[in-house]
Amino acid sequence: MSKARYIYGNGQPYLKPGELAGKLIVVEGTDGVGRSTQITEIKQWLEMNGHAVVTTGLSRSALLTKTIDQAKAGHTLNINTYCLLYVADFADRLEHEIIPSLRAGFVVIADRYIYTLIARAVVRGADPEWIRHVLGFALLPDAVFYLKISLENLIPRVINSERLYEHYWLEDSPEGLDYWEAGMDLRLGEDFYDSFLEYQRRKMLAFENMSKEYSFEVIPASRGFNQVNRLLKQGFLRILQK
Amino acid sequence: MIRQFEQPHPYPGKLIIVEGIDGSGKSTQLQLLHRWLEGMDRPVFFTEWNSSRLVNEAIKRGKKKNLLTPMTFSVLHATDFADRLAHLIIPPLKAGMIVCADRYIYTAFSRDVVRGVDREWVRDMYGFAVRPDISMYFKVPIEVSLERILSGRPQLKFHEAGMDLNLSDDPVESFKLFQSRILNEYDLIANEYGLTVMDATLPITKQQENFRKVVAESLDSYDPRPMTRPRKRKVANV
Repeated sequence: MSKARYIYGNGQPYLKPGELAGKLIVVEGTDGVGRSTQITEIKQWLEMNGHAVVTTGLSRSALLTKTIDQAKAGHTLNINTYCLLYVADFADRLEHEIIPSLRAGFVVIADRYIYTLIARAVVRGADPEWIRHVLGFALLPDAVFYLKISLENLIPRVINSERLYEHYWLEDSPEGLDYWEAGMDLRLGEDFYDSFLEYQRRKMLAFENMSKEYSFEVIPASRGFNQVNRLLKQGFLRILQK
Repeated sequence: MIRQFEQPHPYPGKLIIVEGIDGSGKSTQLQLLHRWLEGMDRPVFFTEWNSSRLVNEAIKRGKKKNLLTPMTFSVLHATDFADRLAHLIIPPLKAGMIVCADRYIYTAFSRDVVRGVDREWVRDMYGFAVRPDISMYFKVPIEVSLERILSGRPQLKFHEAGMDLNLSDDPVESFKLFQSRILNEYDLIANEYGLTVMDATLPITKQQENFRKVVAESLDSYDPRPMTRPRKRKVANV
């Protein structure tokens, strides 16, 4: 049992989370780094060990999924609007998914958290201090595991024949290199490859800057699946045994 | 500097906003001012709170299914405002127009705080807003506003009566409790941000006369030449 703590400030006065019996564990890292695959495996492993697990991601809330898709299709979003849409979505998930699950004693694994929202916002020119304060109501996680990878190692995972076909031919393929993930709205290069490089470079820098500020536990993700998995499990065990 | 609305804006246009509870008569007053400005051949643009298409659907869906919490309600309105500010408020201000806004960020400051959202957080969230050149707050006692609303239509709306706050099962009673809390917040805000307080129980023509006087003074320094160069974009500092 622990009392709710927040990123900044004291949370929202009307929202009284009370005692939180569960644990909130965040896995952060760029697209293609293998976050989702790791989380799927860790969830199974935790369940085998008797923990009830809920996973939560970004832009999946019932309230806003449709609005976000429509807004993105228009491509005319101003930076503050863009940020706030994701803040609304996150707030919805925090209240309807994360807090109730923590109260009930679940292990909540967040497949990305406010840190990705902050990174996306600042690389698009939002005021870094502003977006941090707007998201300040978020619960402080018990741990943040940052899967860190070099650009060189990331490229073959994202740009390969399977993904290229998928993204060229299928309009709404679920993962990987879509218009926004390549930062194409920023027009950072002459094609999606150049844009992707520059966008990832900026995002990695943003994560680097948050690493100390928010006490990330860095996991070198250029290694193979098993090594990364072992490090993650060690981290999870440490938190769950607290 | 998170709260940009605490310093004057750099645009050649003028931003005139009105605030007040439902039934304060602010919209009527702004419409009359709008006519007057048009009559003087001023380039005027009129905009309302909560009128963009972007999040309307989410807000409607949320209200219908009761999915909205005070926080999501608050962020969605800020999202909507960010969209309108970027499309409907800043460009006309850059073009040297007079923008008349029916309700502005102070509506969110009062309403969201009454619903239980943190006072400082909501001000930070609207930090990107432009400071108005003229802010008129139409102050009216609850009884007067209630009488005005009910003489126009038979029933109070769910949200304007604050029925979501469970203050009372009776809509009229709930309205009184909810709107009196809003009034308290408005008083704080008027003080904090120097809104001009208008006695909204005065006759309509008298209020309009006072309103026009305030606007005329501000327009003395008005140079409607549009900006012809884009503002320098800030370099991203992650």
